[in-house]
Amino acid sequence: MDLLRFVTAGSVDDGKSTLIGRLLFDTKTIFKDQLEAVEHTSKVRGEDFVNLALLTDGLRSEREQGITIDVAYRYFATPKRKFILADSPGHVQYTRNMITGASNASLSLILVDARNGVLEQTRRHTFISALLGIKHLIVCINKMDLVDFNQDIYQKIKEDYRAFSSKIDVPDIRFIPLSAKEGDNVVRRSEKMDWYQGPTLLYALENTYVESDYERVNCRFPVQYVLRPMKEAFHDYRGYAGRVAGGIFKKGDEVVVLPSGFKSRIKSIENVGKEVDQVFPPMSASIQLENDIDISRGDMIVKEFSQPNMNQDIDIMLCWFTETPLAIGSKFIIKHTTREVKAILKDVRYKVDINTLHRIQDDKHIGLNDIGRVHLRTSSPLIFDTYKKNKITGSVILIDEKNNYTVAAGMIL
Amino acid sequence: MAYTFSHLDHLESEAIFVIREVAAQFQKPMLLFSGGKDSMLILHLAWKAFYPARIPFPIVHVDTGHNFEETIEYRNRMADKYEVNLVVGYVQDSIDSGKVEEETGINSSRNWLQSVTLLDTIEEHKFDCALGGGRRDEEKARAKERFFSHRNEFGEWDPKNQRPELWNLFNGRKNYGEHFRVFPISNWTEMDVWQYIKREEIDLPSIYFNHKRRVFNRDGVWLAESPFNPMKPTEVAVEKEVRFRTIGDISCTGAIESKVNNIDDIIAEVASFRVTERAGRHDDKRSDTSMEDRKKEGYF
Ligand SMILES: Nc1nc2c(ncn2[C@@H]2O[C@H](COP(=O)(O)OP(=O)(O)OP(=O)(O)O)[C@@H](O)[C@H]2O)c(=O)[nH]1
Ligand SMILES: [Mg+2]
Repeated sequence: MDLLRFVTAGSVDDGKSTLIGRLLFDTKTIFKDQLEAVEHTSKVRGEDFVNLALLTDGLRSEREQGITIDVAYRYFATPKRKFILADSPGHVQYTRNMITGASNASLSLILVDARNGVLEQTRRHTFISALLGIKHLIVCINKMDLVDFNQDIYQKIKEDYRAFSSKIDVPDIRFIPLSAKEGDNVVRRSEKMDWYQGPTLLYALENTYVESDYERVNCRFPVQYVLRPMKEAFHDYRGYAGRVAGGIFKKGDEVVVLPSGFKSRIKSIENVGKEVDQVFPPMSASIQLENDIDISRGDMIVKEFSQPNMNQDIDIMLCWFTETPLAIGSKFIIKHTTREVKAILKDVRYKVDINTLHRIQDDKHIGLNDIGRVHLRTSSPLIFDTYKKNKITGSVILIDEKNNYTVAAGMIL
Repeated sequence: MAYTFSHLDHLESEAIFVIREVAAQFQKPMLLFSGGKDSMLILHLAWKAFYPARIPFPIVHVDTGHNFEETIEYRNRMADKYEVNLVVGYVQDSIDSGKVEEETGINSSRNWLQSVTLLDTIEEHKFDCALGGGRRDEEKARAKERFFSHRNEFGEWDPKNQRPELWNLFNGRKNYGEHFRVFPISNWTEMDVWQYIKREEIDLPSIYFNHKRRVFNRDGVWLAESPFNPMKPTEVAVEKEVRFRTIGDISCTGAIESKVNNIDDIIAEVASFRVTERAGRHDDKRSDTSMEDRKKEGYF
């Protein structure tokens, strides 16, 4: 059965957690003790209905403040599909957590409160989804119960959103009017919106065809760990362990090891302990080569005629996560595949205005939650593809050396 | 061979990637082994991750002294089978040294004390990372945790300020004295675990299967009759056909009435459950955010 990973997005209080609670509840994914706990808590808090957001808002501070702070992951299945969902926070302060949830998703649910329409956070989360390469957006126009299930309001928001989203690169954008609180058009078709002929949310989630996220052509194998068994029976064994990041590796293939450029041939491949003829993403494997060459963590095994880029100068689209603004000349640790090197920020090419999506070339100030294109120089070459070509070999994080915090996510351009 | 790769294959590959990352990024990692199915699963995955080399870290058991007998025998047998070193931290030692005070009376449990012993063991052996079998589908605070979960020098988790975790780029950098908890099977559900156990024919402690046991009912949970579980005068022990759905310390692990004695029937039973596996855990019932509170203090 196939798997869909999706994330919720949109402005604070637009009803993301309630929608997830509703989805879990109406697909009968909630267990008796979980429901009882939520009913109990709702009652104690004096709420006059069962607050389904409490199913995912599990942290003490979240329950106290009635907002989501960090992503909650939930797992459910229908007879059609398995789902891993990430319920993310709408608050701008926690954008980094939304990105955390979205980085592994292939579909975003963008929530909009029918009373408020498209807001800055709606645009920010839409733009981030697009940057991360998410190809499917379902815009859920929520709280229709509070606007008398009015079609004109739905149409107006749809047009506003379209006007904005025409500037981003997402092939599949759909709209569903719903009420997370009442359950209209979530799992059950609404009787109050007969003007809407499209699918319910669950139907859309079950039936969206999602193409594989993996690159199947260009071979990439970042070496993660070298296996040297100190056992008599495996005296000469030297296995390069890692997870295939692109293409298909077969026994007997000629390969090149980067950055050294040494050539060899694949002697054997093991997929977690079992010898196999070939491996492809996202398999964890161990590869033995015919020649004894010096290979360590951070190197990459590739094929001669489809080599990745190797360069110390890279341009990335960056999302900045901390209060301290990004300064030209500052140094970081950059983590890319299994490689860690130092990097220095050479230039801010432009900053993106989230509301207009314009590139502001003369504003080099990148502060908390800003997005912009920057130029980095690394202490030794990275072996990479663009993020568009390969998400695994095209993504980086930046780490602040002083406090070890992850301060930025980057997509290589 | 077509590009087929099952859901379990995906989960396995992800977990193995995470376990290898731990071996590569940390100086002195270890695997927390409780004797339950989830930590057993990690041990099995670790074996596969490094085969044909040995697992490059020890397993650590935090022994409350209040165990099911079967757990200790099983633990020792698994350490032999998987060729790993075993380190045991005793809660009794923490009590004797005056570091913690034992709860007394009805509902007392050594479960909370485990965190102290665990942190002491981490400090004594200078471990910088503990692999654990936590899963996000178990509990609402766990649903929030990262694969690589940072702990400050007091072993505390700061759920409001977790590091962002993007794609599969895990940041295990830390200052001296800090450590990490890493959860390779974060994305597995209880059902995935059982199906994988079946597929891989993983050995489990016998108490996961049907057996006769004297138990008594407290707040809807069947607890084992044992010197470690003092009973109220109104409580009576009766013999029942039971099995355990999760295994922890004897004072907080509830049994379920079940005649099931093989994996296939367990899988069918799990599919029919209407309560979560932690519903049988007395430790979770103490408050609405009991798991989070314990985790903040260093619990796994
Ligand atoms: N009337 C009505 N209220 C709703 C609906 N959906 C959500 N709400 C209410 O809106 C408020 C916010 O809902 P949440 O689900 O917590 O919003 P959220 O988007 O998860 O918020 P953050 O995670 O903090 O960004 C709660 O009081 C909900 O009960 C709806 O469809 N109709
Ligand atoms: Mg929320």
